[in-house]
Amino acid sequence: MENIKDVVLKYVVDEYLDDPEDEMTYETPLISGGIVDSFSMVSLKRFLEATYKISLPDDRATPEAFDTVNSITDLVNEFLAKK
Amino acid sequence: MSNIGSYEERVNNFSWSLAEKELGYTPGDDINIGWYCTDRICQMGKSDKKAILWEGLGGVEKQYTYNDLRLRTNTMATMLKGIGINEGDRVCLFMDKVPELYVGVLSVLKMGAVAQPLFSAFGDESLFVRLDNAQTSAIITQRKHVGKVRLILERLPSLKHIIIIDHDGKKELKTREMAFDMDHAEQIEHFEAAHTKAESPSVLHYTSGTTGQPKGVKHVHYSLISQYLTSKWVLDIQDNDIYWCTADPGWVTGTSYGIIGGFATGATVCILDTGFSAESWYKFIDKYKVTMWYSAPTAIRSLMKAGDELVKQYDLSTLRHLASVGEPLNAEAVIWSEKVFGKPFHDTYWQTETGSMMIVNVPGMKIKPGSMGKPFPGIIATVLDEHTYEPVDGPNKPGLIAFQPGWPAMMRTYWRNEETYGKKFKNGWYLSGDKAFLDQDNYFWFIGRDDDVINTGGHLVSPFEVESALLEHEAVAESAVVAKPDAVNMEVVKAFVTLNPGFEPGDMLELQIMNFIRKRLSPLAMPQEIEYLDKLPKTRSGKIMRRLLHAKEWGEEIGDVSTLEDD
Repeated sequence: MENIKDVVLKYVVDEYLDDPEDEMTYETPLISGGIVDSFSMVSLKRFLEATYKISLPDDRATPEAFDTVNSITDLVNEFLAKK
Repeated sequence: MSNIGSYEERVNNFSWSLAEKELGYTPGDDINIGWYCTDRICQMGKSDKKAILWEGLGGVEKQYTYNDLRLRTNTMATMLKGIGINEGDRVCLFMDKVPELYVGVLSVLKMGAVAQPLFSAFGDESLFVRLDNAQTSAIITQRKHVGKVRLILERLPSLKHIIIIDHDGKKELKTREMAFDMDHAEQIEHFEAAHTKAESPSVLHYTSGTTGQPKGVKHVHYSLISQYLTSKWVLDIQDNDIYWCTADPGWVTGTSYGIIGGFATGATVCILDTGFSAESWYKFIDKYKVTMWYSAPTAIRSLMKAGDELVKQYDLSTLRHLASVGEPLNAEAVIWSEKVFGKPFHDTYWQTETGSMMIVNVPGMKIKPGSMGKPFPGIIATVLDEHTYEPVDGPNKPGLIAFQPGWPAMMRTYWRNEETYGKKFKNGWYLSGDKAFLDQDNYFWFIGRDDDVINTGGHLVSPFEVESALLEHEAVAESAVVAKPDAVNMEVVKAFVTLNPGFEPGDMLELQIMNFIRKRLSPLAMPQEIEYLDKLPKTRSGKIMRRLLHAKEWGEEIGDVSTLEDD
């Protein structure tokens, strides 16, 4: 199964980068960096939930938790472990 | 002491000539917003005063004095003239909140063209609709956004110039493209501002309605008069203020007050070009010692959610005055801001069409948390009975917010749509499209829109536009879009769809459709939820009954269903 970090990184690059050749790392700030705005965050949350069959409560799906690929991966792993 | 002093005295002794005199303007003179925001400030002896304090991602900083602003606007205006842009031509500015956006708007105004700032998150279709309607001649953009322009270029024969402000030479420029480096171009010392007059077109903003495509709201250079005075009296901008208007200039607030009001009053204007985070916002205020902060309810509610403890980690003691715009500021937010910042956000109400603030809370005025406030001096505002279009006869009676036409920043028309513009006036009143009631003290209290337009995060989204775009997705057979309540954004977009044969409802399809709309229109227009239905509720004549879907979302009575098509 593909590594969660890479799945998330690829999705962010494909869906949210205006210029696909912009550099993106697991630590690139997504929300605070303006790459994913608060409205678009909903689609990212929906992607994670649909892909990993988890449900992320609103109070955990915060701009802080979604700010980097690494922090998103940590959140997903946390909820996968609870399944 | 506030600039406005006593609200009642100002109301009783008001004339727009007060602002004209302060600006040294006599009716009939030339009036050019770009000149007033740059050269005039320098002529007042403030050439070395900081005009722009800008910070971008990773803490990158840029600062410009008023003389720098004067020179850069001269330079960009010269460049535009040099490539054949004429007075009255529309020039779109399609950038993030980079310095070139602010300078660009002023440059376009200075040379007498019409500035058309557009939100940089717009997708290619949203961009096309607006550029096509305006028959835009040039677009100033960044390389990260030029891809969207290229997608629609063939359909825009009038778009002769695509000016890229951060071309790095790594890839070739494509057809109609050119590079322009504002900071490294040879700076032009002398540029004669266009001899624009009061009614010369200045800015074209696009706003969404219930039906049809977005409308181009035409403003003129005389709008400066009310934009300047409201900046002085409502935002209370004073000479030593460090002023932060958080709005993007792609929206009217970011232009009228983030650019025009800020620079025409000679303030030091702060700009933060990063995404939202409560920490970065508080850090910004602390770092630059912001004194006047003009923001929006959605952002304020997001700050509330981030918690009070975070506020204590920063020194925000320089904040002198706070104001808000975009949607009604709920009472809880007013009370919270007084608690954590020591002063309340002052709500201001106005629209793209009004060009400047209309119903306000001014310094020194008693604030009723949750109220829109009172009319700005010189603005005649009322609540009209929705059947007779006469002012309601007494307090606490709901009706339509309306204004007596003729304030300086009133829109002059909808671009190429005089018919729709004419419908904004009834019985001698300008109709805002919003509803309110007046209390016994003549404070206005917002009730809601008079139409189906969705106000999400302070921005208007047209259900029609979203529905039309949804129908372009191969899976969607029919669509209906309504507002859904949201704790932070007040409303968000929700779509109800039926599917074409061969498509099954599911999470992945919902995601695909959401992303389709987000990229085609904008993140604001993206449905935050899609509900699949076997059929949409319709009248027997086939008209989709959105109000039933809306009522369901808001927990309201669904009302008369006698015309509903039988199952």
